[in-house]
Amino acid sequence: MNNEAVLQAGAATLHVAGDHGEAHHHHKQSFITKYIFSQDHKTIGKQFLITGIIWALIGGFMSVLFRLQLGFPDTSFPWLSTVIGHWAKDGHITAEAYYSLTTIHGTVMIFFVLTGGLSGTFANFLIPLQIGARDMASPLMNMLSYWFFFTASVIMLSSFFVETGPFAGGWTAYPPLSALGDASPGSKTGMDLWLASLILFVVSQLLAGLNYISTVLNMRTKGMSMMRMPLSTWGVFLQAVLGVLSFPVLFAGFILLIFDRHFGTSFYLSDIYIQGVGALPHEGGNAILYQHLFWFLGHPEVYIVILPAMGIVSEVMSTNGRKPIFGYSAMVMSMFAIVVLAFLVWAHHMFVTGMNPFLGSIFVLLTLLIAVPSAIKVFNWLTTLWKGNLRFTPGMLFAIGFVSVFISGGLTGIYTGNSAIDIHIHDTYFIIAHFHLVMGVAAFFGMFCGVYHWFPKMYGRHMNNTLGYIHFWVTLVGAYLIFWPMHYEGLAGMPRRYYDYSSWESFKQFVELNRFISICVIITFAAQFLFLFNFFHSIFKGRKLTVKNPWKSNALEWTTPINVGHGNWPGEIPEVHRWPYDYSKDGHDFIPQTVPVGEEDNPLYTSAEFTGIKVEEEPAKAHKKAHA
Amino acid sequence: MAHTAAIHTEKPSKWSGGSSPFKVEYGKLMMWFFLLSDSFTFGALLISYGTTRFATIGWPDPNVAFNKFPGISANAPLAFVSLMTFILIISSVTMVLAVQAGKEMNKKDVVRYLILTIIGGLIFLGCQAWEWTHLFHEGAWWGANPFANSNGTQSTQNFTNFFFTITGFHGFHVFSGVCINVIMLIMTLCNKFEQRGHYLMIEKAGLYWHFVDLVWVFVFTCFYLV
Repeated sequence: MNNEAVLQAGAATLHVAGDHGEAHHHHKQSFITKYIFSQDHKTIGKQFLITGIIWALIGGFMSVLFRLQLGFPDTSFPWLSTVIGHWAKDGHITAEAYYSLTTIHGTVMIFFVLTGGLSGTFANFLIPLQIGARDMASPLMNMLSYWFFFTASVIMLSSFFVETGPFAGGWTAYPPLSALGDASPGSKTGMDLWLASLILFVVSQLLAGLNYISTVLNMRTKGMSMMRMPLSTWGVFLQAVLGVLSFPVLFAGFILLIFDRHFGTSFYLSDIYIQGVGALPHEGGNAILYQHLFWFLGHPEVYIVILPAMGIVSEVMSTNGRKPIFGYSAMVMSMFAIVVLAFLVWAHHMFVTGMNPFLGSIFVLLTLLIAVPSAIKVFNWLTTLWKGNLRFTPGMLFAIGFVSVFISGGLTGIYTGNSAIDIHIHDTYFIIAHFHLVMGVAAFFGMFCGVYHWFPKMYGRHMNNTLGYIHFWVTLVGAYLIFWPMHYEGLAGMPRRYYDYSSWESFKQFVELNRFISICVIITFAAQFLFLFNFFHSIFKGRKLTVKNPWKSNALEWTTPINVGHGNWPGEIPEVHRWPYDYSKDGHDFIPQTVPVGEEDNPLYTSAEFTGIKVEEEPAKAHKKAHA
Repeated sequence: MAHTAAIHTEKPSKWSGGSSPFKVEYGKLMMWFFLLSDSFTFGALLISYGTTRFATIGWPDPNVAFNKFPGISANAPLAFVSLMTFILIISSVTMVLAVQAGKEMNKKDVVRYLILTIIGGLIFLGCQAWEWTHLFHEGAWWGANPFANSNGTQSTQNFTNFFFTITGFHGFHVFSGVCINVIMLIMTLCNKFEQRGHYLMIEKAGLYWHFVDLVWVFVFTCFYLV
């Protein structure tokens, strides 16, 4: 606890910076403390990112596998047996494996990639840099949050290798499939590992969230009021509030589920009659109770996923639009409204559970209310772009793409949120199309946007733009080609989570379409390797950064040196005098947050050195020069 | 865009950065948010209990289920749990005194009241262990409920399911609270806080301890009184 900030008894002076402070002393670091058990928020952010990328690769490959089954139910792929062994018989994925694939694809993408990988990366990396702090409030807890996440990952991964396979009852893990070990092969050890993994993930999110919240509240540099924070910091701050308040409810639900599985209780189980077995000895439980507990997290979870993406997109869009973000306080307020409403809409996932229609109509109302802050945000993005001096960097393209898929997926939310319509389209491909566009693809775009934009800050090198453009266009077109047709399938009543549709006369019309979607999935997945190559290649071989502030951004993170050490600023933490969105103002292209109000024309503050656009010599070269 | 972008006039406020708006160090802030988070866990468990109970036709009478007192054969409804509750609340009082002594930098009193708090917590845990053992011998356990409904009909096992799960989860919190207090005691004895010049850690441990006591009030009400 040696980094505990000290509150002097009686006096109100606060030592907020922790003991990394003043001197910026370089403690001797071994490889292990620098890259593995690091307490530097930037390294932890990168660890979350790379773990998230690995999981995205696994989760994406799973979707390719089950799309093979859906698109080509009659074709045999002998290589499948080579890859996944006895989970593919005669070149076909078995039904059990198919359900495991969809289940783990959902779990991994939502929790490990879009929660751990997205907010874990950018909250850790950006919060201290953007608010002007040396590190997180508690670097130790921050490190632990990553290692809990890592352990959760290892446990989830290990469930692939148990004999009965990973859990196969859907990412929502509804009982009785999740509560009864005999319900399916995946409900045995696989489900226990799934639960253990997610409980560790909840702990990781708790440690991380507490850290983000107290860092943002307590450790802002002088002048950095809440309403001067970049929207990217607002996004991750508010997602942390959501996570800290909603994950514990899932945790409570999991506790009851563990007791149902192993201690003979009947929280979620009743005397279900099973053919050949008879009635179960359980009595009095209610499977719907789990659904309530699950969706009390499950719905805020989609905002946990999307809020960081929204923040990142706002920041990148304003920077590359060379315009102040339109409606900054409206952006903050609507994010806040989303946080509040997130807790009041969960039962719209449960319209078909036999809930009271009156209760259902209240949830319809509350759900449709979310359209208001979402629309405010969308119009603010569009008006930020309007007549801007746009720079189409890959990050900017993904920001614009985010708005596009968020609109396309968001509009169908108005349909799915209506109980009357939802009863028809519940559990169909319409829902798949809706949430993949509005939450899956959109959050991925937010993540790509953030990676392309902050990669120079992370690694001191640029990513390749051409590869970035190809990656963007293939992904954008691919995402629409994959998910747009699913709306038609869903409206026609094609249910989700079926192994094979070919024996239904009514779905035979979709054989070609399903094949088309599957081909698009394969192409889009292949395009992600461009990103992977670009990312990992650029870490080592990318074009080196020559200026501190390559995007000519106002935000505080670009005032740090190119390859920034632990402690973030070599000298004093800069003081902040304005919001971060003074672009194209009063004849200035950009005015960093560190420029005092009224001093915009002062040569001291317009110098290339101060604004971070001075070309810096590499230390090696400077060294040579000195010797020559 | 001239003059349209927001110009922020310099109004020094406690939110304008450079210091904590609440005048607290981050650890206490984290503790408050953790307690908020934990109250959602308990809230979810107790609401689950409430909905299940309201969806069930009958429920055992707590005055019958919890009517034993160790060493006494007479019918003593809720007497034992009242004693437990009293001890836990007293331990909250001693915790307050420990925190207060810490503010006064009075190491001797901090040690004394921490020890009393730890003893209170241990007695509570001991009482819970006795109660669980007693109920177990009566045939109550997860998945088994020997008690009849108050109207004499056969009762649901969810009575004991929820009882053991939620009081167990609370007991686990008390146990961790005792562990934290023991660590605080050792740190006090090693003069850790004297060296730091403040007893803020004791204050944070105190917050946790009071929270655990407060939760017991709800658990107690839900299982023994209603």
